[in-house]
Amino acid sequence: MASVPAVLNSEWTKIRTVSSTTWTLICAFLVTVAMGAALSALLNSQFDDLSAAEQATFDPTFVSFSGMVLGQLAMVVFGVLVVGTEYSSGMIRTSLAAVPQRGSFLFSKIAVAGVLALVVGLATSFVTFFLSQALLGDRGTDIGAENVLRAVVGGGLYMGLIAVFSMGVATMLRSSMLSLGILMPFFFLVSQILSAVPGAKSVARYFPDQAGSKILQVVPDAMNSDPAPYGPWAGLGIMALWVVAALIGGYLVLKKRDA
Amino acid sequence: MIEAVGLTKRYGAKTAVHNLSFQVRPGAVTGFLGPNGSGKSTTMRMMLGLDRPTSGHVTIGGHAFRSLPNAPRQVGALLDAKAVHGGRSARNHLLSLAQLAGIPAARVDEVLGVVGLQDVAKKRSKGFSLGMGQRLGIAAALLGDPQVLLFDEPVNGLDPEGILWVRNLMKRLASEGRTVFVSSHLMSEMALTADHLIVIGRGQLLSDMSVSDFISANSADFARVRVPADRPEYREKLTASLTEAGGRVMPETDGALRVTGLPLPRISDLAHGADVRLWELSPHQASLEEAYMRMTQGAVDYRSTADAKEGLQPPPPGYGHPGHGQQGYVPQPPPEVPQQGWYAPPPPGQNPYAAAPAPAPEPTAERTGRTTDEDPR
Repeated sequence: MASVPAVLNSEWTKIRTVSSTTWTLICAFLVTVAMGAALSALLNSQFDDLSAAEQATFDPTFVSFSGMVLGQLAMVVFGVLVVGTEYSSGMIRTSLAAVPQRGSFLFSKIAVAGVLALVVGLATSFVTFFLSQALLGDRGTDIGAENVLRAVVGGGLYMGLIAVFSMGVATMLRSSMLSLGILMPFFFLVSQILSAVPGAKSVARYFPDQAGSKILQVVPDAMNSDPAPYGPWAGLGIMALWVVAALIGGYLVLKKRDA
Repeated sequence: MIEAVGLTKRYGAKTAVHNLSFQVRPGAVTGFLGPNGSGKSTTMRMMLGLDRPTSGHVTIGGHAFRSLPNAPRQVGALLDAKAVHGGRSARNHLLSLAQLAGIPAARVDEVLGVVGLQDVAKKRSKGFSLGMGQRLGIAAALLGDPQVLLFDEPVNGLDPEGILWVRNLMKRLASEGRTVFVSSHLMSEMALTADHLIVIGRGQLLSDMSVSDFISANSADFARVRVPADRPEYREKLTASLTEAGGRVMPETDGALRVTGLPLPRISDLAHGADVRLWELSPHQASLEEAYMRMTQGAVDYRSTADAKEGLQPPPPGYGHPGHGQQGYVPQPPPEVPQQGWYAPPPPGQNPYAAAPAPAPEPTAERTGRTTDEDPR
């Protein structure tokens, strides 16, 4: 039996030897930081134009994470490609012929890629926070303030979980194109639109990204967003449940189906 | 040693592999032959635990593949040469596989040298030709220095030098006492490489015997004997007398008889003795390729594995090519050509024994035969 450290080692080699890893992760970092910084600078200069409700719930921490709406998409691409290229290239058969224990194979791969996504997510989260706070000037907050560290660490967790969720979905769908075709519009459009539609809101707030992003808020209902029936950690918990469900689904598909 | 017992794989209503049982022994190259879509790759995937058999099982060294301890050190496989992430270099691809089995990186460079890819080791495999891809796949199979090797169509896309190299590699691996299982749809290639042949068609076992047995069983010479078409009673008379003399007689669909076990002069003497006139008495040789194709076409003749000749019947129209290497092999005319009195001459200059052509409409027949051949019916 191929031992777990051996599989982890091999998966690390696989992940670091393709350029898509570098590009998607750099992309996630740059997009999140650049957009967070730009919006922070914009809101700082146009603070007076905001509505009274928005001014009352102004959350400098949450504002610095605005870029995650786009940055998470790069994480989705990373997660999908890590798993999907095994299928699109046919490498999956070589891999499974070498590691007949499919559970070890899948979870080693996801552990390696997930830890990498988490590390990049945390770095992104901290960099975007500090840069944005600098740009917000007097309206900014401090890492030592109440709940702020929780939100910044949560931002890293959020990005890591999005990547792992995408890996689970890609394992279930066994295709990069199909997974991207479903996940990208879902996170970019469907989830955003439904969360703005009255009626659909109550369902949409349990979507992984909507629930998970509550961890990014320091001020409750930040920026006059809809109040949620759960707290920041419960929100992240809901997201984690989605991730676990995707992983279980992916594992079952991998275990049951012919490669 | 690979052992398949009652291996069956169904995809919905379609049966890809049906009740396949065979053994692959160490120390020999075992060729796994079958036309495209006959279930070769499915069988190999089941051997590697990638596909789950619907029923039956296959074991390697007595273990199901999924329960083999450190599989890459025991079984090496080339399934699909293109099954490589194109963005990864050849060396890194092999390195990731080596790490799975705790194989040192030095072995990666070693196998790259063995397959002749050391110069492109750092290049992305995206730019590899099919032949280079095959070499990379073979390198991956050799990585763990395994005792059991599976190769699915390893010579696809290789140049003649590469084919020769693969052939010698297989033989060397087998001579080292390893189990070498090679699939192919090319009989000619297997006749040169393999010691033992397992032939399947439509997922069923057709033949399981050594290459020399296969050749002696399938490439035997036979004589085609034709009696006048207007005297069908001659056929029974001649058949009886030939059978009595120890020959085997099989009727062909167009009324000719296929006779084995008797030399041509003896057949002529017997016919003379029985007072039967002959319109044709010609020697023929079924090539291995021909035997293999006959064996693998159509499902009706599939039941037998013991006697490979049992299903002997003339091939359907359109089969067979002039200059294909078969001596005197005569293509059958298409049904619309009147059978009555039709006489097919052997290809010119190929059959020194053939009796002088009857004054039948030779040129016409010749042309008919050719047209039939070229028609990809």
